Amino acid sequence: MTQADLILSIDHVSKEFDVSAPWLNRMLERKPKLFVKAVDDVSFSIPRGSCFSIVGESGCGKSTVARLVTGLYSTSGGQITFGRGDAGRPVRVQMIFQDPQSSLNPRWRVGDIIAEPIREMKLRKTADETRDRVEELLRIVGLAADDATKYPHEFSGGQRQRISIARALASEPELLVCDEPTSALDVSVQAQILNLMRRLQLELGLTYLFISHDLSVVRHMSDMIAVMYLGRIVEMAPAEKLFTDPQHPYSKLLLGTIPDIHVPNRDREVQNGEPPSPLSPPTGCAFHPRCPLATERCSKEAPQLRAAGRSMVSCHAVQKGLATIPARRQD
Amino acid sequence: MMLQPVISMDSPGTAPAPAPALEVSNLTVEFPTKRGVLTAIDDVSMRIEPGEILGVVGESGAGKSITGLAVLGLLESPGRITGGKIHVGGRRVDTLGEDELTKVRGREMGAIFQDPLTALNPLFSIGAQLVETIRRHTDLGKEAARARALQLLREVGIPAPDERLKQYPHQFSGGMRQRVVIALALAAEPGLIIADEPTTALDVSIQAQITALLRRLCKEHRTGIMLVTHDMGVIAETADRVAVMYSGRVVETGRVEDVIHNPQHPYTRGLMAAIPSLHDRVETLTQIDGSMPRLNARPDGCAFNPRCPNAGPRCRRDRPDLVTAGPSLAACFLHEGGTQ
Repeated sequence: MTQADLILSIDHVSKEFDVSAPWLNRMLERKPKLFVKAVDDVSFSIPRGSCFSIVGESGCGKSTVARLVTGLYSTSGGQITFGRGDAGRPVRVQMIFQDPQSSLNPRWRVGDIIAEPIREMKLRKTADETRDRVEELLRIVGLAADDATKYPHEFSGGQRQRISIARALASEPELLVCDEPTSALDVSVQAQILNLMRRLQLELGLTYLFISHDLSVVRHMSDMIAVMYLGRIVEMAPAEKLFTDPQHPYSKLLLGTIPDIHVPNRDREVQNGEPPSPLSPPTGCAFHPRCPLATERCSKEAPQLRAAGRSMVSCHAVQKGLATIPARRQD
Repeated sequence: MMLQPVISMDSPGTAPAPAPALEVSNLTVEFPTKRGVLTAIDDVSMRIEPGEILGVVGESGAGKSITGLAVLGLLESPGRITGGKIHVGGRRVDTLGEDELTKVRGREMGAIFQDPLTALNPLFSIGAQLVETIRRHTDLGKEAARARALQLLREVGIPAPDERLKQYPHQFSGGMRQRVVIALALAAEPGLIIADEPTTALDVSIQAQITALLRRLCKEHRTGIMLVTHDMGVIAETADRVAVMYSGRVVETGRVEDVIHNPQHPYTRGLMAAIPSLHDRVETLTQIDGSMPRLNARPDGCAFNPRCPNAGPRCRRDRPDLVTAGPSLAACFLHEGGTQ
């Protein structure tokens, strides 16, 4: 793939949050400043027209990545580079949020909500053209043109998410960042929204950065998947590859624990342990306290993301097993 | 950990068959409002045997949580039971007064809710909360209650229970808190536990631990569990039988394997097909167009008829009841002489 095809590339991006106690408490109780590394040295790139997903449990930093890409947070380190959009202008990015209830202004009519980006960015010249465009957008997402005069509360959850999508499309973006877009929806409605998003991707040539904790949704949508654990990418692989042949022990744990309606696993071995607090992450590989393959090296040295076949894996054990160097030192 | 196989405890000639852990018959719950009476639960019946997990599944607004709350006697005003009976362990509970109900609740039925943080009092240590609950529902003294609390924490898989007993809810992680709530629900060894979305607030790897724990406790203590959830995956891995609810009614009920692999009601069929598969990727998911009707705009006849691919004139006229449909029971005219 040539460089020109990339719509977004992220290089060694980190984000730290200052979660220190207030200044007075720090002085009196002699507490040091405290930082959380929400995103730690994350790199990936997204080719135009594809869907790149990030999965992980709560607190792994996946939503922070979404907010870094859309500029809602500034990075603490590393670089985010966008590709070229139409006519040489920079790529336009829009975001779809999880909860359409709180991301739509309840006091605005739907037509105004969708027209705002068009007016703000002066994408249409006259009020008539703007109105036509709003009606067109409503039809694209499967709503009726006269829904423009209604308020958000008059719609169901799924319809509200359609409005969010129409608003996101209003600025004619190339890259859509979707942060858990179907997590607040019921299953039958979720299928409607996922189908709509797939159709839009094909028709409008959109690129998605898709954030979700739901692996079956991610599998349905994605071309590439990155698995995050405690701020770092532990495995990055094409969707098929990740689901058929996960490499990292955490990916295996995640895939082994999702309830599967077709092959219920009632008598499975339940792996104990919980994700550690991001305030005091374990040394070395953050997963080592829960990892069945952990050795002493894992508690000392953080592994790097390296190619292993078609996957990229960040694990000493996997890298060692796949290494072709014949002589292994005795530790 | 391997789950114990279900062993039938009664041998012939000994005690009579135990009463079902829960028997709900023809339950109707209404909410009187300014604009008329809303029927949240409409003629619902279900039964849970001791040592059995019944999954109650449905979309938001289907009435699954209200059913659980009605059993617990925790319906919020103005909601009220306007018809039907609820028996817990053979004893009728829907007619009890608040005082008696308070005694029954906790002793004969326990509850586990979605958010463990709001279910625990942040101002008291876990130990104090457990000991209080145990002493309220049993005759144990202070020391014995403490010993029982320790034993309960050990049973729900909390490491170092001695130290944990002195700690406060905020010192526990989400999964550990939910274990404490389960320990509280078990405190008086109730015959029935209502678990309303017990894993929804938890991450998948923790969710698996909690569902495995519920299954083990259910089989070991012969407790009946009503597992209310929107997640078909949790049902598939945890429940023995399932009741699918839609717009205040049970539309299909049967053994979990049957309902998942051989759904009989068009709604269940659509629901199963709408869940993205982990095994193969399809271009488009099967979708059920529209959404569940609001309580004040329920159509005549079968509530699913506007979204149903098989709907006929009869579905818009009459309301179907649960009838035998293949291996399960389904409320659909397709299994009762057609939709014409």
